[in-house]
Amino acid sequence: MKKLINEPADVVSEALLGIEAAHPELKIDHASKVIYRGDAPVSGKVALISGGGSGHEPLHGGFVGPGMLDAACAGEMFTSPVPEQMLTATKAVDGGAGVVHIVKNYTGDVMNFEMAAELAAAEAGIDVVSVVTDDDVAVQDSLYTAGRRGVGVTVILEKIVGAAAEQGRPLAEVADIAKLVNANGRSMGMALTSCTVPAAGKPTFELAEDEMEIGIGIHGEPGRRRVPLAPAKEIAEMLVEPILSDLPFTSGDPVIAFVNGMGGTPLIELYLMYNEVARILGGHGVGIARSLVGPYITSLEMAGCSVTLVKATDDLLALWDAPVNTPALRWGV
Amino acid sequence: MSETATLSGLNAWVREFAALVDEHKEELTRLDSAIGDGDHGINMERGMAAVLAALDGAETPSSAALLKNVGMTLVSAVGGASGPLYGTFFLRLASACGEVTEVDADTFAKAVRAGLDGIVARGKAESGDKTMYDALAPAADALDEALAGGSSLRAALEAAADAAEAGRDATSPMPARKGRASYLGERSVGHQDPGATSAALLFRAAASVLG
Repeated sequence: MKKLINEPADVVSEALLGIEAAHPELKIDHASKVIYRGDAPVSGKVALISGGGSGHEPLHGGFVGPGMLDAACAGEMFTSPVPEQMLTATKAVDGGAGVVHIVKNYTGDVMNFEMAAELAAAEAGIDVVSVVTDDDVAVQDSLYTAGRRGVGVTVILEKIVGAAAEQGRPLAEVADIAKLVNANGRSMGMALTSCTVPAAGKPTFELAEDEMEIGIGIHGEPGRRRVPLAPAKEIAEMLVEPILSDLPFTSGDPVIAFVNGMGGTPLIELYLMYNEVARILGGHGVGIARSLVGPYITSLEMAGCSVTLVKATDDLLALWDAPVNTPALRWGV
Repeated sequence: MSETATLSGLNAWVREFAALVDEHKEELTRLDSAIGDGDHGINMERGMAAVLAALDGAETPSSAALLKNVGMTLVSAVGGASGPLYGTFFLRLASACGEVTEVDADTFAKAVRAGLDGIVARGKAESGDKTMYDALAPAADALDEALAGGSSLRAALEAAADAAEAGRDATSPMPARKGRASYLGERSVGHQDPGATSAALLFRAAASVLG
């Protein structure tokens, strides 16, 4: 294992010290491992909280700030944060208009956020609405799985819903927009290499030089199938076609297209992939209204990418374009 | 041989579980790497170390106080799915054992059943889903059955630990239907479930020090 770390056990807490040093506009609660926007709580505004295991940076801490999240709770590496963290954050950001919890659909995340929401209601009477993202088409949504994983849509959702909250829209409307974005979004990912959790010290799985894994999540867990390595244009087909067959796009529907890097793939390859994705979408008559390219929801140093498509409306596009000022996404400010 | 679970017995149980988790943490992580995300041993070891630290610094005058401390510490130190599930198990166990210093065998068996119900309520797992439930449920059944047949608490816990280990072994051929392993579908077949493996340790620990 070659990593820029001191001790494996200190990676999360020392990264939080770095975020604090680099971003004085944020507030960090080191004991609870929560990142807050500097002016939280914002009175009268619906507050947005997300969180999850660490190792997916910039998700979620890099998306804290005006126009996006009010707080992000950092768990241990690839491990959901605990209820106390979300409870602390919920009490700290509540500006009297209610709180939305944005939860990626993983068994642990759902359970810990659920316990936190129960405690927030019981201890402080705070109105919490939980929205679960489950956009990964690699997982069959059936009684026989934990349901689809929350992946790339989470980034798009946090941006759009953050803008809606910033505009002062009420809790029910903000939560409905979040549910709409999730319902309109689908993702599919692939890996060229595994990743190494610092405390484990060795790669979570092994992939040969000439193999790739299709249908991976964001925790170094193996995917649906292992296939021989192929050119980018074929990989793009393997990612985009399952999305299009799962979420029928009518010709002319505007979409937000997001090509995400898993952490170890350079931007030049992501743009190459974006070109392939755009070509396939063009062939289906799907118009790209907005794009996002880069490593935004990662799996440590895993090489690979994911593709996310969100069917947009004029309102969703206007919210996407609204100003945002966070460490990882910043425009219009 | 005592026919009850005393306060010091429960304390020893938790410490023995911590020792077994520490001893098996690499195995738990290896099993989790195959069908999960490779951190079950790391997380359980961190959680049980926090439990030992919490017990060393706390006054726990009753079974309920002791077990509640264990449950709350696990909920706040483990994360993932294991934290809420093991935490809920100990919190339900605490309520069912009550503010006493000695728990008789039948009450202990009822408390185990309450803990199992708590896990089902939180995790919604059923038999055959390839989860910790597949080790815990047969253990609870074996405990009830052995006590009904007149066994001592120690002998009943031995039977429960054996049943938990048989349940753990039976998870290997199952396709996972809950948790991260379920994303693998049929590819999870042939791998023993890490949660069922740590759950079997919980009963092995009980059988070696309780009763």
